[in-house]
Amino acid sequence: MHTDRRGFLKGSAAFGAGALLAGSGLTDFARAWAQASPFKPEKGAKLTVLRWKRFVQSEEDAFMKLVEAFTKATGVAVNVINEGLDDVQPKASVAANTNQGPDIFWGLYSLPHLFPAKCMDVTDVATHLSKKYGEWFDSAKTYGMSKGKWIAIPIAYNANVINYRQSMIEAAGFKSIPQDLKGFMELMKGLKAKGTPGGFALGRASGDGNAWVHWALWAHGANLVDKNDKVIINSPETVKALEYVKELSSHFAPGTASWNDAFNNKAFLASEISLTNNGVSIYAAAKAGAAKGDAKMKEIMDDMNHSNWPVGTVGKPTEFHICYPMLGMKYTKFPNAVKAFLDFTMTAENYNPWLEGAVAYLSHPLPAFDANNVWKSDAKLTLCKDAGRRTLTAGHLGSVGEKAASALADFLILDMFASVATGRSTPQEAIAVAERQAKRIYR
Amino acid sequence: MSDAAITPSGHDRAGPSFWEGLKTNRNFLGFWFMLPAAAFLVLFLVYPLGLGVWLSFTDSKIGNPGDFIGLENYEWIIGDAKFQLAVFNTLFYTFVASVVKFAVGLYLAILLNNHLPFKAMIRAVVLIPFIVPTVLSAIAFWWIFDPQFSVISWALRKWGWISGNIDFLGDPWNARISVIFANVWRGVPFIAITLLAGLQTVSPSLYEAATLDGASKWQMFRYVTYPILTPIIAVVMTFSVLFTFTDFQLIKVLTNGGPAGTTELMATMSYNTAILGGRIGEGAAISTAMIPFLLGAIMISWFGLQKRKWQQGSDND
Repeated sequence: MHTDRRGFLKGSAAFGAGALLAGSGLTDFARAWAQASPFKPEKGAKLTVLRWKRFVQSEEDAFMKLVEAFTKATGVAVNVINEGLDDVQPKASVAANTNQGPDIFWGLYSLPHLFPAKCMDVTDVATHLSKKYGEWFDSAKTYGMSKGKWIAIPIAYNANVINYRQSMIEAAGFKSIPQDLKGFMELMKGLKAKGTPGGFALGRASGDGNAWVHWALWAHGANLVDKNDKVIINSPETVKALEYVKELSSHFAPGTASWNDAFNNKAFLASEISLTNNGVSIYAAAKAGAAKGDAKMKEIMDDMNHSNWPVGTVGKPTEFHICYPMLGMKYTKFPNAVKAFLDFTMTAENYNPWLEGAVAYLSHPLPAFDANNVWKSDAKLTLCKDAGRRTLTAGHLGSVGEKAASALADFLILDMFASVATGRSTPQEAIAVAERQAKRIYR
Repeated sequence: MSDAAITPSGHDRAGPSFWEGLKTNRNFLGFWFMLPAAAFLVLFLVYPLGLGVWLSFTDSKIGNPGDFIGLENYEWIIGDAKFQLAVFNTLFYTFVASVVKFAVGLYLAILLNNHLPFKAMIRAVVLIPFIVPTVLSAIAFWWIFDPQFSVISWALRKWGWISGNIDFLGDPWNARISVIFANVWRGVPFIAITLLAGLQTVSPSLYEAATLDGASKWQMFRYVTYPILTPIIAVVMTFSVLFTFTDFQLIKVLTNGGPAGTTELMATMSYNTAILGGRIGEGAAISTAMIPFLLGAIMISWFGLQKRKWQQGSDND
């Protein structure tokens, strides 16, 4: 839980604060950028950006600096509104429905694909950026493009990795996290036997919960739909995935069926669990605690590490990292200012400090940013560099649009796993419920 | 013209005097006075309700108004195991929470009606759960029910009564009972204070008379207090049932309907389907399906109110 929530950050106040920045490197660069940029904001343009509320303070600070620099360079006032992650989508949907609201939305997963017709075509921005920084990652293209056009710029990923305590897995007889399903089961079993169980959220945790059950599903070669959006969840592979998770969850710490996105963070930081899946925010919290002189936090910080997910029978990573696309709304009065802002955000001189500010909580969608300092700063964070390359997309084989988003919002996969893991249903029953629901969504 | 001045009303004449008549017609005037209120109700109650019902007959999605599809949404939700579970959960939640809230609330009201030291302060304290914003109390319960850090598990473990933590929100039935407990905690003050207000209207002379007749405490409650309290009970329980049936915040914060939909209420399911899932038509059908239940609750209390006349000795017309 963040106790220091700030409701609104008035970006328009950037005018005043910007004076402090005058002469700083970012502003100098910004002026030069404004001269050279192909995207010239309209005269008197003003932008409102609605973004997901930050998880790491230094990321938000860096973002606001970027916004201030943009205002200084272009004269475009930018008002930034912060909303909880779950609230961005409804607000964007209402704005799309009523054709009024913020000019730019920064949400997650398939947000632009919920209303592709309402999103600005930003193909020129995407092309401009890929010319400078290399080819977009495949997953970025999937999230950003619709019918051959770019409708959003996938700004970043939030890597969801395995967080574990080195000393505890060593006590269970392992040096590192096994990268195969069988070995991983053995590890979880061993951890439980040593009295230091791990655990993954089986409650309705839209971030961590969805991330790990989709990994389990895909790792076994199972899928909700095929490439034509035909529902294929009723398969022997799904049964295998469910049976695997049922056994895996028998080695979990108690209570995972009620976990939402915050429970595992709390439990891990209290040394109640040895292993879970999360962004690198647990590590960041431990670091922050250690910096304040908390010995317990220092111990966790030194002992913990991150790992990629084991690769399943399909033979390739089946990780599910969150993507944060930023999109301009078609109804905006200042489309060029929107494009300028998107381009400005992704320009290396701005993007690099911001990515550093996010301390590996966020990862990039373009190969040039592999060189960012954050990937050299701490060996425990380097693995997040590849989040954009390793991740599969919402809907995986199928389309990334509103159907995939609907299935995620309904916790279709998560509930299927949870009801089997808690013993409420047999795999066949759970599959039948999910299949019926999926057929309705994908009709 | 003098004729007109003498004739008191012009409604038996045609022509311009019709307007004159209208101007003095109390019903006509009353209509205009009612209009603002009626417009308000239509705009903020009838229209949204009508729109909700209409949407439930369409395949509307966010960003797409959709087409009329008749009863398709209803056919779908009736066959949906998750919806059936949500209906069961909602009825169970409403029934158990309302009964417990009533029992505890009435008991508390009777206690508070006695002469206690610091009476005013105790009454104020009782209201606290009702005053605390729902989301705040939900977050407090979130910690109380935490699988790792629950204060209840901790205390019981310290006393050696249990060996492991209680899985409050992870086990389906524990979760249902836990959310009901949180709802009861929040809802009791409303019932207790309202019933207390009712109790204070009971004239002491009735109790004096009953005492002279040799009535026991229970008889006094059953034949004096309870009949007089009935109309208030009917109103307060209607409200309580309606609030409980449409509860949203507690569930959203505590479990979000999990584990696997076993605490999903119709209200949270409707929100998840329509707003987060984007299927407005289906979500509207789920919330429209709540209306018959709510109407039923209102009817029961209405007949409860009707009984009042009969109880007071007049004809049951």
